[in-house]
Amino acid sequence: MILYILKRLLAMIPVLWIIATLTFVLMKAAPGGPFDSERQIPAEILKNIEEQYHLNDPLLVQYGRFLGQLARFDLGPSFRYAGRSVNDIIAETFPVSATLGILALIYALLLGVAAGLFAASKPNSVRDYSAMGISMLGICMPSFVIGPLLVLVFASTLKWLPVAGWDSWKDMILPSLTLGTSYAAYISRLTRAGLMDIIRQDYIRTAKAKGLSGFAIMVRHTMRGGLLPVVSFMGPAVAAVVTGSLVVETIFNIPGLGRFFVQSALNRDYTLVMGTVLFLAVLVLLCNLVTDVIYAFLDPRVRYE
Amino acid sequence: MFANLAQKVLIPALLAYVVQNAPNTLAALPLADQQVIRIGNGTEPKGLDPAKVTGVPEHHILQNLFEGLTGQDPVTLEPTPGMASSWKVSRDGKTYTFNIRPDAKWSDGTPLTAEDFVSSWLRALAPKTASEYAYQLYYLENGEEFNTGKIKDPAKVGVKATDKRTLVVTLKSSTPFFLRLTSFYTLYPVPAHIIKKYGEEEWTHEGKMVSNGPFRLTEWKINKHIKMVRNENYWDAGKVKLSEAVFLPIENIDTENKMFHQGELDMTNTVPSLRIPKYAKEKESSPEQHPYQSHPYLGTYFYRLNVNKKPLDDKRVRRALALTIDRKTLIEKVTLGGQTPALGFTPPNTAGYTFDGTLNATMTPAALAEAQKLLADAGFPGGKGFPKLDILYNTSEDHKKIAIAIQQMWKKHLGIEVGLYNQEWKVYLTSQAQMNYAVSRSAWIGDYPDPNTFLDMWVTGGGNNNTGWSNKDYDRLIAEAARAKDQASRHAIFKKAETILMSEMPVIPIYVYTRNRLQSRKVALLDGALNAVPWKSNILDSMPLKNYVMTK
Repeated sequence: MILYILKRLLAMIPVLWIIATLTFVLMKAAPGGPFDSERQIPAEILKNIEEQYHLNDPLLVQYGRFLGQLARFDLGPSFRYAGRSVNDIIAETFPVSATLGILALIYALLLGVAAGLFAASKPNSVRDYSAMGISMLGICMPSFVIGPLLVLVFASTLKWLPVAGWDSWKDMILPSLTLGTSYAAYISRLTRAGLMDIIRQDYIRTAKAKGLSGFAIMVRHTMRGGLLPVVSFMGPAVAAVVTGSLVVETIFNIPGLGRFFVQSALNRDYTLVMGTVLFLAVLVLLCNLVTDVIYAFLDPRVRYE
Repeated sequence: MFANLAQKVLIPALLAYVVQNAPNTLAALPLADQQVIRIGNGTEPKGLDPAKVTGVPEHHILQNLFEGLTGQDPVTLEPTPGMASSWKVSRDGKTYTFNIRPDAKWSDGTPLTAEDFVSSWLRALAPKTASEYAYQLYYLENGEEFNTGKIKDPAKVGVKATDKRTLVVTLKSSTPFFLRLTSFYTLYPVPAHIIKKYGEEEWTHEGKMVSNGPFRLTEWKINKHIKMVRNENYWDAGKVKLSEAVFLPIENIDTENKMFHQGELDMTNTVPSLRIPKYAKEKESSPEQHPYQSHPYLGTYFYRLNVNKKPLDDKRVRRALALTIDRKTLIEKVTLGGQTPALGFTPPNTAGYTFDGTLNATMTPAALAEAQKLLADAGFPGGKGFPKLDILYNTSEDHKKIAIAIQQMWKKHLGIEVGLYNQEWKVYLTSQAQMNYAVSRSAWIGDYPDPNTFLDMWVTGGGNNNTGWSNKDYDRLIAEAARAKDQASRHAIFKKAETILMSEMPVIPIYVYTRNRLQSRKVALLDGALNAVPWKSNILDSMPLKNYVMTK
């Protein structure tokens, strides 16, 4: 098992190198540069700036320098935010996004698995259809609708919670609900589908024949296999959710990492684009690895040698 | 009987008169216990190094952390003493001698001397600082040469400290607005001792930055807030009433609007345009109470025309296009922001300069007839044979709506077909710079209140011209204005230049910007003598918190 994990970790290096190279090429191919603005900078001044940031070197030299920095885990200075390094920006904003993401996932898991169990416990009944109907609504409603609706009700009208910000625990409630709702909906549907699949298996019939209670069967036997689809969904979902969401962070004015994924590309902030892309890539790869390992524990048929 | 009358009527009337006309002194204001202001400030600033940054959110923050040689009157924007307590200008207008005030200090208590200005300006000009706004110092003798590396010796640049308290500045030519430039952030002093201690990158971070303005930085959380508190080492600290200011970067304008109504903000950065008609109406019934504020802003929204492209190479076509935009309807039905129609390129009353535009605010039959005749003379009667034109704009709902309205106006009045296409911001900037367009949406916000910032960009080959337009007389007039002895003759020369610009029409002015915001009525404005004055924003949208106070 340990050997398997090591192998997977080593395999990440070429994957990351390909991602970094592709990002580098795409970034340089996009028209415009980090220092273009409506107020054009005189050519001589632009020359000073490009020299300072090594933008006037041949592309291959820039690429080589960038790989060298990367090997030292140095993502370089941000082009947009003078005096901030990309490492600093990620270090300052990732914990915020991660906190929000984890809260949202806990909520999504609790609600989603509960709703899935509820629906699967009596398939094709009123409770099944109503639970799945609501979850479909949750999948369809985008966060830029849910967010402002929640703010309207709980902040602007009832005045129980703040409109936006990131100072106290109260600020965390509405964004977590907004971010988690669609995940909860997905999870409930996956849970239901997974459980329905397992219920028909022979070993469940055996358990029933042994005279186990419905509750014991559900918790001990059905859930273990039935949650496998949820586990494989959670791998990439965790990576996506902890790195933040542009929409939720903008609606609630949260100082997280999510906004930089889009903003840095729009600003042609080359180093920050690269930093956020690689950071997300590493997280996705790690989460996938963790998922595969958890799989081995949950499903006795899966073995890694 | 008379006594009674006096008691009942005259005395209260007299009292009311006195109260109304007495200056509203600070002592008379019901001051809030917490002198804290929370301000919506648009986007996260690019940085806090005055020499390196550009932009409006940066300006709002830096002008409160730092102070230049001169300050600005909060209402009139006239230069006031700042780090320099007084100054003398030589007869030829080229040499300025500033006396640095003896009590000038950095926020860590270190004395601030004339030498600090020399090192700060040379730093902004040094090529390795890579300052975008270095050209704000090109007015100095050898400033440009030093920045572009033609001169290596900093001693040749026109800024010298003859002693600790005397700064002598030599300019390339007489620059009548120089004392306004000295309150601009590129010319602020920066603490050499702190930059040396923490390095070029880190010195602006919280816990490290030292500044010389009315406030000092205490917290800077990226995309969250910037907090500053009163700087007790500021020479005029006694007059600063706010104890703390918080600037919040809020990009979502609906979020900002809700935060204001919830009491989480005292001032917003802007107002969602769809709400403006409602606010403007409410304000009519309670002008004193309503938080909606709308003020002219030193900026023009306009369309650039590519004069190298047929048929836009014909000035008759360009003028016909300019005449057939119904600016008033556009503002009332589309932009909704209470903007004013732009009839010339320079916004009206820019430091006392107003160009009497030759354009029309509304579509008059005369303007329509003139436009149609011009188009016919150019060979396109009724728009026949006119090639399809495309309007380029950067992706945004607001620009799109305006472009659609103008497309319809040109179709209706001139019978010409106009297409629309949008590009993402940086792609759009590239297209514009390479003149890869026919008509392009543009905007220009003045750097300083002077017509020069609007007019010198149109000289032949100017870095921001991007229209291909060139006119020798125009170039000559702009150069002449720089040498003019007094403001009146300067303005007369600018008027001549702008007349040429507006008859040639390489650009079509559309509207003059307004600055719209919501502002709690708790925020009061004080003048230099600490009297509360009626709220008045200024055309530069500067935010001198030194002059703000929170009331109950």
